[in-house]
Amino acid sequence: MKALLLRDLRLAVRAGGGFGLSLAFFLIVIVLIPFGVGPESAILARIGPGILWVAALLATLLSLDRQFALDHEDGALPLIATSPLPLEGVALAKALAHWLTTGLPLTLAAAPLGVLLNLQGPAYGWLVLTLALGTPALSVIGTFGAALTVGLRRGGLLLSLLVLPLYVPTLIFGAEAARRGAEGLAATTPLLMLSGITAGSLALLPFAAGAVLRINLR
Amino acid sequence: MTGRTGLRVEGLAVARGGVPVLTGLSFAVAPGEALILRGPNGAGKTTLLRVLAGLAPPFAGRVEAPPESVAFASHADGIKAALTVTENLRFWADLYGRGFDAAILDDFDLRSLRDRPAGTLSAGQSRRLGLARLGVIGRTILLLDEPTVSLDVASVARFADWLRDRHLAAGGIAVIATHVPLGLDSPVLDLGPFRADPRAAAHQGTDAAFL
Amino acid sequence: MSIWEYANPKKFIATTTPVIPWAFGGAGVCILGGLAWGFFLTPEADKFGSSVKIIFVHVPSAMMAINAWAMMLVASLVWLIRRHHVSALAAKAAAPVGLTMTLIALFTGAVWGQPMWGTWWAWDPRLTSFLILGLFYLGYIALWEAIADPDQAADLTSVLCLVGSVFAILSRYAVNFWNQGLHQGATLSMDAEENIADVYWLPLLVCIAGFILLFLALVLMRTGTEIRVRRLRALERQAQRAVA
Repeated sequence: MKALLLRDLRLAVRAGGGFGLSLAFFLIVIVLIPFGVGPESAILARIGPGILWVAALLATLLSLDRQFALDHEDGALPLIATSPLPLEGVALAKALAHWLTTGLPLTLAAAPLGVLLNLQGPAYGWLVLTLALGTPALSVIGTFGAALTVGLRRGGLLLSLLVLPLYVPTLIFGAEAARRGAEGLAATTPLLMLSGITAGSLALLPFAAGAVLRINLR
Repeated sequence: MTGRTGLRVEGLAVARGGVPVLTGLSFAVAPGEALILRGPNGAGKTTLLRVLAGLAPPFAGRVEAPPESVAFASHADGIKAALTVTENLRFWADLYGRGFDAAILDDFDLRSLRDRPAGTLSAGQSRRLGLARLGVIGRTILLLDEPTVSLDVASVARFADWLRDRHLAAGGIAVIATHVPLGLDSPVLDLGPFRADPRAAAHQGTDAAFL
Repeated sequence: MSIWEYANPKKFIATTTPVIPWAFGGAGVCILGGLAWGFFLTPEADKFGSSVKIIFVHVPSAMMAINAWAMMLVASLVWLIRRHHVSALAAKAAAPVGLTMTLIALFTGAVWGQPMWGTWWAWDPRLTSFLILGLFYLGYIALWEAIADPDQAADLTSVLCLVGSVFAILSRYAVNFWNQGLHQGATLSMDAEENIADVYWLPLLVCIAGFILLFLALVLMRTGTEIRVRRLRALERQAQRAVA
């Protein structure tokens, strides 16, 4: 599993790996928001945490379809499948690599980008905390979607259609916790629910992803 | 005779898209032996190899092989353009839990290329790298689907040498679907006689319930 | 005699074909009768005025929208465990019906909400949940359409249905938490203290029975169609092989 994880990380940061694309996308979306809703800083500060969450979610979506598709196209997937690493482990390694190259950088970038949306003091901490807790769930759910659509033509578009509804609970609890925290309200419940979704997804979805990979490799 | 280390197939039938393509296959390959699969396109060579590899379930019959001993390689190379030759090979060795032995670079004439990104290799060099993968994963039973596509004559001979002198000599097994003579004096299995009867096949596959 | 006998496609078609017209007929009688009873023979409610009468379409369609997904979940499980083709095809056949029911529930909800809440759409938990349910239906149908091999499609959509069910329930709770909402609570449960007035209760039951029959008829008919499509494909492949 370490071998696969390290290879995927290395591939992501090498030329043409697409590392940074989702970060750039995140930046551009955040820059575009004030053009759409107007420059009033009070409004931006209020919608800021939610906007940052939605933008981060969309940014994680960008790199999902490459997860298995590249290994499928160049014929590496069957040889990975016969390796001692079970496909569940393959899915977990892929999800981890995706989080390290997408979710983690997005979490770290969210705070500086928050300045653009005029976030107030406590909002920064809550935003980074909720993204750190929530983005792993986004990566695992996305990996399941990618495993489901590997080998399909137009898989990328279908992937978004399948994954976005699955993202709803994570988004709601994540953005809700960030918003409540920013406004100084009690945010423990959504935070716990968010952690629960992440823990549950991490524990169970690799098995679902492994099962659909096995079906797709038949 | 083959004991617990060989590959043994009994009464095997394999299906593609829910329809049997080959039936009644029984053979055994002992350690140190290779088996060449012959048959026209669409005969079911790839399907058979995938079933032997455990990627697809057998339609009927049994495949016996020691656990964690098989590897399946399609005719695609499965190498990453952004990684160097050594990095590619080291990944496959690591994934299969093996140490990386640089001697494989000599076997496939890759030593001078070892630090080149795989993306800069020619088609033939890429193929050699793709085949060298099979040398570093340490699996005893190699299931190879058209391994010599786009290799020149010298490289085919080099691959055959490796297969004979390194893999088979060390007690390995290979089942190879190929049109190109490799110069191995291995038994050839013609799949033609095992082709599933189209009329009977329809009444066994997943379509059968609807007919 | 086991229930699994009906998992044989031929047996399924032979058994259900005569049932379908009766189901459609029963559905027509119940829905038309229930609606006529509800529209013309019940008083207007104090609070709601005549707009209350959309309940006779809204509640049954909303119930069927959820029950259709539940049926797909059961059918998917049966396919994954027992590998009965009819089961997978029934799940496939139910999805567009469920989506349509979801859309009807959303539309009638909007029409009802306009005079009651003064807006066509509010991000009320129930409305939002139905919108999300509609998205799940869309994804499920799209996955069926995208995969060429029918058995592979059945396997993958079944897993999606299982995972989707968990996330649909999670979404329901998340949405509830997110916004407490305007929508009244369920007024149709058997033990609710504050139940819907009796005058509406009976025609509503008739309408629900009609929608259940309609769903049954549509799913049986669509499953039959799917079976025939598969049969056609099987025959074509047989003919191809005979030539080859």
